Amino acid sequence: MRALLVVLVAFGGWEAYVGLGGVDELLLPAPSAIAAALVEDRGLLWSNFTVTALEIGLGIAAALLLGLAGAVAIHLSRPVRRTLYPLLVTSQTIPIPVIAPLLVVWFGYDLTPKIAIVALVCFFPVVVPTLDALDRSDNQRRKLMRSFGASRWQTLRFVDAPAALPGLVTGAKLSLAFGGIAAILAEWAGSESGLGHLVLQALPQFETARAYAAVLILAVFSVTLFGVLTLAERRLLPWAKIAG
Amino acid sequence: MQTQTPAPSAAPRIDVDAVRLDAVCKSFAPARRRAPAVTALQDLTLRVGEGEIVAVVGPSGCGKTTLLELICGLTTADAGTIDAQDAVLMAQRDLLLPWADAVDNAALALRVAGLQRSAARRRAAALLVDFGLGGFEAARPHELSGGMRQRVAFARTLLAGRPVLCLDEPFASLDALTRLQMQDWLAGALSADPRTVVLVTHDVEEAIVLADRVAVLSPRPGRVVATLEVDVPRPRNRMAPELVALRGRALRELAA
Repeated sequence: MRALLVVLVAFGGWEAYVGLGGVDELLLPAPSAIAAALVEDRGLLWSNFTVTALEIGLGIAAALLLGLAGAVAIHLSRPVRRTLYPLLVTSQTIPIPVIAPLLVVWFGYDLTPKIAIVALVCFFPVVVPTLDALDRSDNQRRKLMRSFGASRWQTLRFVDAPAALPGLVTGAKLSLAFGGIAAILAEWAGSESGLGHLVLQALPQFETARAYAAVLILAVFSVTLFGVLTLAERRLLPWAKIAG
Repeated sequence: MQTQTPAPSAAPRIDVDAVRLDAVCKSFAPARRRAPAVTALQDLTLRVGEGEIVAVVGPSGCGKTTLLELICGLTTADAGTIDAQDAVLMAQRDLLLPWADAVDNAALALRVAGLQRSAARRRAAALLVDFGLGGFEAARPHELSGGMRQRVAFARTLLAGRPVLCLDEPFASLDALTRLQMQDWLAGALSADPRTVVLVTHDVEEAIVLADRVAVLSPRPGRVVATLEVDVPRPRNRMAPELVALRGRALRELAA
């Protein structure tokens, strides 16, 4: 609620700033102009939004699956940890615009390269907290499982994997923050639709308000999913807040 | 490793060794480079007969936990021989899984042994009712009191189905009053389902109230410096003069 109040006050100040001629409207449209664009271009915005939402959704889903698999592999195998973990950090330092054209050449202009980029960007933020949670899973509990004669797989299944679940949720939350930007950048590298594509077309046409409307939609989308995840976490993993 | 050994239902034969350690030595690599290695146990010899409850008391850091891990096969000795029936460890911390309810926690060893969840839960739930936890089956660990958590942990230990139980200061984290209650409760639970027990504790009274025999360990490196027979019938009254006298003897041995 308080966040909403802050947004309202900020929008008020922003409206006044633009209204009083503080800045060229082509650089920064007033909130009222953005609202008008939202209504006027709703069909255009919606059809492009569904494309981007699909890219983000599938990309994050892929990142969660691959990230979980990666974290488990690193957790279980010391050689994998030594080889893969440093490479993982390296992968995160590659600026997307550098490799985006390559992915376009490989996968074409459709969804696939965008999903790949979102997945690539979100892979690291999924692996790190998940792996941390796996590694922090209690050593004594593992000893207990050994005392029961448990195999490594059973220990993973009954003890380590559930303990890692909050880490995976944290990874999903971080992914939501990074995934939106990743999808926009991916679309800028070459696309025929999507909110990023829309922004790229709107700016040279001096449709700044439309570009801002697209960004606003993306922000609302991310915040909504973030809220859903937080609620789900509270409902499904209440123990995570109480004990490690 | 054997996955499930039925608990000995026939009368235990105390003349048969369930656990035997001969001249066992164990040291640990130093925590820091160039620090000396830590010798935890030196020439430790101990035997526990089938169905016998042996308490091991000693000062902090004398290798008591190491002793139990050796018996459970969780670590290996540097020297000496260890001969033990299948043993299961119950640690000082209850180590309950925070995401699982009381029944799933108690059923953990059964699941590891390969039982289906429903069958494992049925057996665990029945034991929890025996342990006075009826009505708390669906409770998560954080909703249970310290004593209740230890009872769930003990149910889980029993359901591992091993003939030997290694209890590592099971009540050390409880408040004094709950600890007394849990000691009496454990004595009752063990008379209902007798097992061979190695009970590690630093609480001399706990050792004497619960055990048939008390082995006193020296400060590190640990070895058995005295053995006291507690030839007192159960149920025991902790204020009985012979128990109080034994307690004094044990404390003198510890101080020696």
